[in-house]
Amino acid sequence: MASAPRSKAPTERSGDPHRPDDHIDAEPAADGIAQPKLGPVGYLRFFWRQLTSMRTALVLLLLLALAAVPGSLVPQRSSDPNGVIQYEQNNPDTFQVLDALGVFSTFSSPWFSAIYLLLFISLVGCILPRTKHHLDALRARPPKTPARLSRLVGYTEQTATTDVETAVEAARATLRGAGYRVERYRDSISGERGYLRETGNLVFHTALVGVLVTVGIGGGFGYTGQKVIIQDTSFTNSLASYDSFNPGRFFTDDALEPFSVRLDDFEGSYELDPSTGNYQPVDFTAHLSTRTPGTDWTDADLKVNSPLELGGTKMYLLGNGFAPVVTVRDPDGEVAFSGPVAFLPQDGNLRSLGVIKVPDGLDEQLGFLGYFYPDPLELADGTYTSVSPHPGTSSLLSLTLYKGDLGLDAGVSVNAYSLNVDNLTQIAGPKADTPAIQLTQGQTAELPDGLGTIEFTGLQRFVSVEFHHDPTEGWVLLFALLILGGLLVSLFVPRRRMWIAVSADGDGVRLEYAGLARGEDPGLEAAVADVARKHAARLDSRRT
Amino acid sequence: MTTATLAAYSLLAVYSAAAVYVLAFIGYVVDLSGRSSRALAAQPAASASVASTTGTTTVLAPPAPPTAAPEVRDSRAARVAFALTVLGFVIHVLALVLRGIAAARAPWANMFEFAVTGTAVIVGVYLAVNIFRNVRYVGAYITGLVSLLLMLATINVYVDVVPLPPALQSGWLVIHVFVAILGTGFFALGAGLSIAQLLQARRETGATDQPRFLRGFPSSEALENTAYRVNVIGFAFWTFTLIAGAIWAEHAWGRYWGWDTKEVWTFIIWVVFAGYIHARATRGWRGAPSAWLAIVGFAAVLFNFTVVNLFFKGLHAYSGL
Ligand code: HEM
Repeated sequence: MASAPRSKAPTERSGDPHRPDDHIDAEPAADGIAQPKLGPVGYLRFFWRQLTSMRTALVLLLLLALAAVPGSLVPQRSSDPNGVIQYEQNNPDTFQVLDALGVFSTFSSPWFSAIYLLLFISLVGCILPRTKHHLDALRARPPKTPARLSRLVGYTEQTATTDVETAVEAARATLRGAGYRVERYRDSISGERGYLRETGNLVFHTALVGVLVTVGIGGGFGYTGQKVIIQDTSFTNSLASYDSFNPGRFFTDDALEPFSVRLDDFEGSYELDPSTGNYQPVDFTAHLSTRTPGTDWTDADLKVNSPLELGGTKMYLLGNGFAPVVTVRDPDGEVAFSGPVAFLPQDGNLRSLGVIKVPDGLDEQLGFLGYFYPDPLELADGTYTSVSPHPGTSSLLSLTLYKGDLGLDAGVSVNAYSLNVDNLTQIAGPKADTPAIQLTQGQTAELPDGLGTIEFTGLQRFVSVEFHHDPTEGWVLLFALLILGGLLVSLFVPRRRMWIAVSADGDGVRLEYAGLARGEDPGLEAAVADVARKHAARLDSRRT
Repeated sequence: MTTATLAAYSLLAVYSAAAVYVLAFIGYVVDLSGRSSRALAAQPAASASVASTTGTTTVLAPPAPPTAAPEVRDSRAARVAFALTVLGFVIHVLALVLRGIAAARAPWANMFEFAVTGTAVIVGVYLAVNIFRNVRYVGAYITGLVSLLLMLATINVYVDVVPLPPALQSGWLVIHVFVAILGTGFFALGAGLSIAQLLQARRETGATDQPRFLRGFPSSEALENTAYRVNVIGFAFWTFTLIAGAIWAEHAWGRYWGWDTKEVWTFIIWVVFAGYIHARATRGWRGAPSAWLAIVGFAAVLFNFTVVNLFFKGLHAYSGL
């Protein structure tokens, strides 16, 4: 890369992009900086210079990359909480150590945060002075023509039979035509172009700060919440309706936009993979109706990759399954429980696990725990599996029945999808005298001990969905696009200076051309040659 | 034709392309072995005092020729190898087209398909860069790498054409993954150039004259400049990959960023290359240290594609073998 004759032309400095002292294009640091006068201010200044140097930025970047590695080696609380629990069970000793180090929450750990905060302080300390200098540079004139162009890049000489004035004016027109900002110094034209490169660089680095700030602060105003919605039931957006809810730090109830959603139908389509015999899901579509206050229900479809926008809230389809409708009656035929119960899929053929709790209306509290098989097949050991995800008349509900205190009155919230059987007695199933209850649709079975009956009344679908509200998402996207745009501009717009010097030479003129790269510029030599050619052509056309 | 026969023809084309690349590799190696003697024979360019005269102007001192090209002309072996590389590439692309028709979608939805598309892109980038600048001297590295990867892919991770799970049915998948592959192609070439740069720099110190073929290579500085151009284009694609991936994640999972394993590695690679770009602009870091960063960056890309895909758990895991 060409070294600039900067020391010989000190006025040039005003036009330079300001760079940290150890930037390859910057002047070497003056002696005073390497050995500061160490008063408290001196220390502070020294420290600040160190922090905002290119070397520090580089080391912090590399540290950031390194510090992110553990976050991929062990499960993270934020993205894989079950994995963390499993890790603890499998390796209790290493878990202790790693957990103390914060490795299971790498990306919010003190060490990771320290690195990126330092990096961003350094970044701001770098951007601010450079922005100021760049704004000045945008108003500055192109630099004086160096005395000896022959030392610069792409130096070219030619002669022409014309007068000095004509040649200089043609030089001005040539450089201007090539997009240079030009200035005449005696009999030479100085041109500079590519200010956009530094602009792009500053936009890029500023947008990095923008992303960090919007993600860090803006994300706190939103929330995510999960809900299982069973066919023909509706969900209304309020705190109490969610199965689980994760508010951001600055969340208030106002962020919950009023709307309702009802699941009308669900379709899953599958394709049989002949080589493995497995069904591959091809498409999931939930047919919904949605309503905002004061309007009527309107139809909407929800698919896996296309969230539904409800005002500023997005709704995602996470999962789906079957919800058998069961009716439990007491010996007199009075209904103790009736309704659809979501069974959670356990495999690709939708063998599904579910729990039915009947706390009231019978002599005992009852809990049913069992499987639903959409397309059942009995195995040699008497257990069942499902051979396809398609339900039919043979779809089977197989339930083990427990009686005892279900623990629903204790006031603690209990998971609707699990049954703690520790304090319960099995009264139908492998450990009881009565075998497990097996029902196909429409069938009714007697409960043991004359407790009543259970009927498999019908079959419905359910979907599990996530609602997501993040008011700053658009800003994050905007900054991300600025990052990309700034990057492209700063990497691919060349910033260069070009000079054309004219001097009288016998009957004609002697023309000198040379360029200077500001940053990476592989095309500079070709550009100088091109300018020389265009200039010559312009002089020729003027004569003829 | 049925899906199965199309897929079978596609696989056959993959084998053929790999075989042609191996032949090209041999050609490049022959070229390398002859490079040092040809380098000695190469003459310094004569500098003309008057280069050309047009109309009224006379050019006195022509601009110096660009230094990035190797000082020696390509041998016949290199030209044959290059032609074979083009042939292999055509067959390779044909394999992709057949696979795409068989699956009725873009052919980069599982690891086998990533590998076949990714290697095609590596070769494509190499061929395209050769239009602008002669980098045939890294042909042995490119064809060697690509035939090795193709062999590993067909032996270890071959899968038949299967339909896409709903979570992968997205225009963003097509874009995100393809741009990631494009970035990978540039990083692969950049790493080759950086390796050559390191070896050349060691030779230039005078400590050793091995390997001798480096005599016919450009100077370490010219190699570094070319590597930088190539890596920077890769970085731009990688930045886009990161953003497109976040948009896709937002559509599919309801959050644009969640530090999922694959996201972590995409981020690490991005930061390493940002470090590389900084190193090039930092006093004391230009030259060998920055070249090492480019190589580490590409190693991380390969790691991300192989080890992370196969052994790490995460949401991306279902993109499948
Ligand atoms: C968040 C961390 C950072 C990242 C990801 C980053 C990334 C980049 C990238 C990709 C480039 C090349 C593209 C361009 O010119 O715009 C670049 C250039 C540059 N960065 Fe950073 N940067 C970071 C922090 C910093 C800091 C803290 C400083 C100040 C010390 C800095 C100073 C520079 C300078 C001076 C250039 C121009 C290099 C040249 O002349 O080619 N960056 N940075």
